[in-house]
Amino acid sequence: MRFEADSISVNRGLRRVVQDVSFSLGEGDALTVTGANGAGKSTLLRALCGLLPLAAGTLRLAGVGEGEDDPLIFREHLHYLGPQNAMKAALSVRENLAFWRDFSGSSGGMAIKAALNAVELPHVADLPYSYLSTGMKRRVAICRLLVSKKPVWIVDEPTSGLDSHSSELFSGLCRAHCADGGIVIAATHLPLGLGKAQTLEMKTLFTFFEGDEFFDGENA
Amino acid sequence: MGALLSREIRVALRAGSGALMGVLFFLAVVTVFPFAIGPDLNQLGRIGPAILWIGALLASLLGLDRLFAMEREDGALDALVMQPHPLMAVILVKCLAHWLVSGLPLILATPLFGIMLNVSPLGIAAVMATLAAGTPAITFIGAAAAAVASALPRGGLLIAVLTLPLVIPVLIFGITATNGALYDPDPFTAPFLILLALTLFAGVLGPLAASLMLRHSAE
Repeated sequence: MRFEADSISVNRGLRRVVQDVSFSLGEGDALTVTGANGAGKSTLLRALCGLLPLAAGTLRLAGVGEGEDDPLIFREHLHYLGPQNAMKAALSVRENLAFWRDFSGSSGGMAIKAALNAVELPHVADLPYSYLSTGMKRRVAICRLLVSKKPVWIVDEPTSGLDSHSSELFSGLCRAHCADGGIVIAATHLPLGLGKAQTLEMKTLFTFFEGDEFFDGENA
Repeated sequence: MGALLSREIRVALRAGSGALMGVLFFLAVVTVFPFAIGPDLNQLGRIGPAILWIGALLASLLGLDRLFAMEREDGALDALVMQPHPLMAVILVKCLAHWLVSGLPLILATPLFGIMLNVSPLGIAAVMATLAAGTPAITFIGAAAAAVASALPRGGLLIAVLTLPLVIPVLIFGITATNGALYDPDPFTAPFLILLALTLFAGVLGPLAASLMLRHSAE
């Protein structure tokens, strides 16, 4: 399995936010996306998940069979952990995780209990999700990646709200995922300790789209 | 998909009990009509089915604002669309769950409210049948409006404004079929079948429109 981007560009409204990004990740590879606030890290990650359309370039998840070059199809093999945790406050932690496990239809993930142990929250399974603190909620959200097994993790500021020990736990989980042949793409300000991760530095662009052409805001 | 259905129903029943809210609103609408019209029982009995229909129509618009806005707010929408299920099917299941917890209770409450309005037993049965056939269409059309409104911060009222004009045919054929059951020369079957057709039509078009909307507003 390879996850490849070939000079992709993404627009947000009339603004070009991501310009000519390319990477190629094989099994066990990790990519950290860095850059200042507003540099387009989240936009890039959402585009990788097919949540934003590409303005140019191609994405390819080689080795998943039919639809491997259409993000709208291959995204079922991706896990996206965005800024929000995608959990329902009214349901218990166990109900939330069981739903994502069953709905994603992928087998081979961890048991819910094992996943909660992995983030050191073995005692919260039956609590309503809304009772948890910010950091605990984030750790439960991380469990979603564990209970249903998907080869590619795309995580956006995964450690926001986590204390240093929990961040270290998450780094360990990412390393384990890579060692298992998975791919991790993380946007982060803090180093995730992923060892030989590739780094992609995003730069804020000043390019606007007008009519059919792009012009550079700095030169105009 | 079974997992989604049970999750939707559990969330709806637990968080603020949307089902009960709809029935209470229905009760409120039904209660104020006699104050406006006066205590003439014959007149109430004659227009009762229409009052029941309007009450149920307005009540079934409640809660639609949460259908997608909540999913977008807590980030679940992204994860929902990234699963190996067609988005239209996801929306269809969400509509079904929404109808089960907020449409079905309205129909079950109709006999009680019908008695309050002096509607005959036959009239109550006709209203229940037409509501059962017609309220799913309101949910399906409302889902498309909810998808539009979910991209906006305060979209709740917009849903009612977008949905009401589109469900007028449902209201017309619902009332026509009810009157057909009650008054002899009018037909019941023909408008009832058209009502069913409207529901089927909305069942395809509503989720399709909603899925297009959600896909294009995934910013």
